[in-house]
Parts: sequence; C-alpha cells; structure tokens
Amino acid sequence: MSSWAGQTHRKFRKGVSYLWLSTTALCALIVVGVLFFILGCLVWNGGSNVNLDFFTKLPTPVGETGGGMANAIVGSMKLLFLASLVGVPIGVIGGIYMAEFGGKLSAFIIQYTADLLNGVPSIVIGIFAYSLIVLRMKHFSTLAGGFALGIMMIPITLRSTEQFLRSVPVAMREGAMALGASRWKTIVSVVVPAAYRGILTAILLAMARVAGETAPLLFTALNNRFWSPGWNQPTASLPVIVYTYGISPYDDWQHQAWAAGLVLLGMVLLTNIIARTVLARGISAPR
Amino acid sequence: MNAALGTARKPAPATASQTKSDPLAGLKPRLEVRSLNFFYGAKHVLHDISLTVPINRVTALIGPSGCGKSTLLRTLNRMHETVKSSRLDGQILLDGENVLDQDVTRLRRRVGMVFQRPNPFPKSIFDNVAYGLRVNGYKGSIAEAVEKSLHRAALWDEVKDVLQKSAYALSGGQQQRLCIARALAVEPEVMLLDEPCSALDPISTAKIEELLFGLKEMCTMVIVTHNMQQAARSSDLTAFMLEGHLVEFQTTEQLFTTPSDPRTEAYITGRFG
Repeated sequence: MSSWAGQTHRKFRKGVSYLWLSTTALCALIVVGVLFFILGCLVWNGGSNVNLDFFTKLPTPVGETGGGMANAIVGSMKLLFLASLVGVPIGVIGGIYMAEFGGKLSAFIIQYTADLLNGVPSIVIGIFAYSLIVLRMKHFSTLAGGFALGIMMIPITLRSTEQFLRSVPVAMREGAMALGASRWKTIVSVVVPAAYRGILTAILLAMARVAGETAPLLFTALNNRFWSPGWNQPTASLPVIVYTYGISPYDDWQHQAWAAGLVLLGMVLLTNIIARTVLARGISAPR
Repeated sequence: MNAALGTARKPAPATASQTKSDPLAGLKPRLEVRSLNFFYGAKHVLHDISLTVPINRVTALIGPSGCGKSTLLRTLNRMHETVKSSRLDGQILLDGENVLDQDVTRLRRRVGMVFQRPNPFPKSIFDNVAYGLRVNGYKGSIAEAVEKSLHRAALWDEVKDVLQKSAYALSGGQQQRLCIARALAVEPEVMLLDEPCSALDPISTAKIEELLFGLKEMCTMVIVTHNMQQAARSSDLTAFMLEGHLVEFQTTEQLFTTPSDPRTEAYITGRFG
C-alpha cells in the first residue's frame, strides 16, 4: 500500500469541500433572499393599494374601500423632523466634543454610554418619553413621539460623527492652526467641512433607522384617524398604521397595512440609496 | 553672540571651531533660541539648544531621523503644544520678544509653516490661499493678496484659470507650492519648512528649492531636511543635530567643506545616518 491517500479519501475531501462551498453560498443567498422575499410579499399584498389616493387621502371607515394614508405619511415626516431637531445637533456637537476635545477618560465614558444608549430597547425609550412628556402634558402628542425617536438618533449620529471627524488627517488641522486659526475656527472651517459628507450620510442612515420604529410611538404619538394639526396632538405614523391595521380583522385594512409597509420600506431604501450615493462620491478629504 | 555657535555636549577635541569666524558675523538675528530643553513626557528630546536664526537667510537643520530637528522646528511657532504631554524650558525670542509669552494665533501668523506632505484644505485653490487672510481678519482686497501670493509661490500661471477648482485637482508639487502660497499670504516674518520636498519628485523639488531661495529677501526661512544635498544647495547656514544636541552651526559652505566636529564630518561624508 502506498503512503498516499487512496481514491476514496480524495473523493471524501472533495465532498467536504463541495459541502462547505454550497453551505456558504446558500447562507449568502438567504441573506439576499430575505430582503427580496419581504419586498415581494409587500408588493404582492399591498402593491395594488399604493396609488395616488394612498398618498393624498385620509383613511376610510371600516367597510368602505379606498382611502389613503396621507395623514400617516405626513405624520411620519413630522416625527422624523422633530427627531432630527433633537438627535442631529446633540449627536453632531457631542461627536465634535468627543473627537476633538475629549480626553481619554471622558471620551471612553461618553463612547460607552452612547453604545449603551444605542442598545436600550426602543420600548424602554418609549416608556421614558411617555413618563417624561405624555404624563406631564396629560395627552399623547407628535412632540412626545418626535422626542422619543430623537433620543434614539443621538447615539447613532454621535458615534458616526466622531468616527468621521477622527478620520480627518492631523496634518490638515495643523495646517489651519499654523496659519493662526484657533482651535474652534479650525474645527468649524476645516475639519467639519472635510468630514461633512460622512456626517450627512450618518444623519440620513440614523433617520432611516428610526423611521421604522413602532414601539416608542405606541405610547407617545399614539395614532390618529384624521389630520393632526400642529405638534400637540396625537398623530398617525406609518409604522403604527402597519401595526394597528395589520392586526385588524378586516381584509381591506390588512391590505392597507401591507401598502403602508411597502411605502415605509420604500422611503427607508430611498434614504439608504441617497446616503450611499453621497458617500460613494468620496469623503472629501483624501489620504 | 557666541550663543549662536552650537553647544556640543561632549566637546570634541576643539581645535578648529574657536579659530573659525562667527557664521553670523554682520547678520541681524530674527529668532534666538536660548538654552532650550524639550520633553515628551519623561523623554528628554532636546538638550540645551541655543541657536540664532538670522534675518533674510535660509537656515537648514540637518541630522539623522529622530535627532530632534523637526521637534526644534515645531517649537519655533509653538506647534509642539498640540501634544499634551510636551514640556519646554528655555527661551525662544522672535525679534527680541519671547514667543512663549505671545498670543499663539498672532505668533503663528508671524511664523508660518509648511509641512512634510502637502496638506491643502478640502476647498478651492482660491479659498486655500485666502484661508489665513480670512482667519486673521485681513482688511485689504483678498483677491489681490491671493494673486500676489500665488505669483510669489510661482504657481499663478498654472492655476489662474482654475482658481475655483478643488485644490486636490493639483499635482503633489503644485499642492506643496499652494501650501507655500497659503503660508505666504499672511506675510509671515519667518517661514518654517518641515522636509517640504520629501514627498515630491526631483523636478518639483528643484522648483521648490529655487523658489525658497528667491523668497528669502521677503521672509526668513528655517528648513528641516535629511537630504544633505538639499541643505547644501539651498541654505546659507546649516545646523547639524544629533540625538537632541546641536553639534555644529556654521555657514553652509563651511559646514560641508571644513566641519569642525568629527561627528559632523562623519555624517556629511555618509558614515552614518
């Protein structure tokens, strides 16, 4: 018998290799497949309900077909606007502090806290906003919903702003300081402009992330069958519509829920694509 | 003005140096470094350096990597302060005033700096040159000052039609000349150059060396280089540093032809470094 493995062993090795190759390919396929399956499901069940009416009309009472989700779409936009008002300035300015001024210890503490905040379940954020705003004002409101979503945006924008600022070369800061620019002037006029595309992308992705949050809205913005004027009343929003209509026993409501899901996913995908196109054009500072 | 002569720590069998003429004879000082000691944390980086930089001359600092020449350069406009653990003893006088007592932003307007790698800002060519003017609240016409600086940096003809384009569209050599124009725009009295050609090709290097030599009438230059030919070609005076000590400071011609310290001779003849 020769000292080399025989035919059978070689076949076995090839078999194992083939098995692993197919397993990895299958898993990769599943990843892509899941998204397309969800998208397909949404289009199949709700596609026909996404028409002009869906974007322009109010929901109809049970039993009447047609109607739209205009109030929920506008509601979601208002909530995101408020969330950005809370989350973007605090996140970006906090990120500037961390990247530019924070000592080792303070940067570590803020970073750790931000990561923990990022991991707080959204329902807990919701109950926090509920006790802080809804209970005091004694009613649900757009304001409370926007606040809850804004809290969720803070850690995401903070951490990415910090990372993009840190990637700006030290040489560029030194160049500005060597011309007599103060520290603040350097940050505002050179460092932030060098990183602004990255920061902008981070903000868009953070918005996309909280756009689909439902739990914190259930007990802050609640829901509304009609338009919600101003900021002080409960409002409809796409994720909550998906939830309430989806669990209803009525067939047309369920279709409306699918359609709302489709529109929501479309909005998130669109934001993602815009963000990635912006990023693909390069962070303006090379090297 | 014997502070000008480099204080060698371990005095080599001092023969020639005393008899040689003062390299600064007849020159007005612009910058005077007096018994400067510098530390990064506990590490003693510069040992008792005394050096006088004369007005309207190009002074080169040479020495092997890690000898402290860049560190010395960075103390001259207090860029060392960006490193938190650094500490400095001694005096640095600019026109007789201690730079350590001055407002740092005003000091840096008077003592400009060009870095190892071109570091233009992510802005247009025009805005790059205008940056220092704007930051320092320049009162005159910014457009005129920008044009003047680009002329001085021998870049105007190449960029006059693309002033609004990104500075990154320029080649490496052009970017470095842009950085020189940017530093010149605020009309500094002293310009510090930290190996300004180390990232450039020979043609761009030649252009910049020629440029610097022409600019010395306007502004005093201190250039760090570990390229000895560059020091020999483009400077009037040369200081040789080794392990944080200033070994020898002479006119460039003297230092490269008749060095008085055996360590200088060993370095310039290529026995180490």
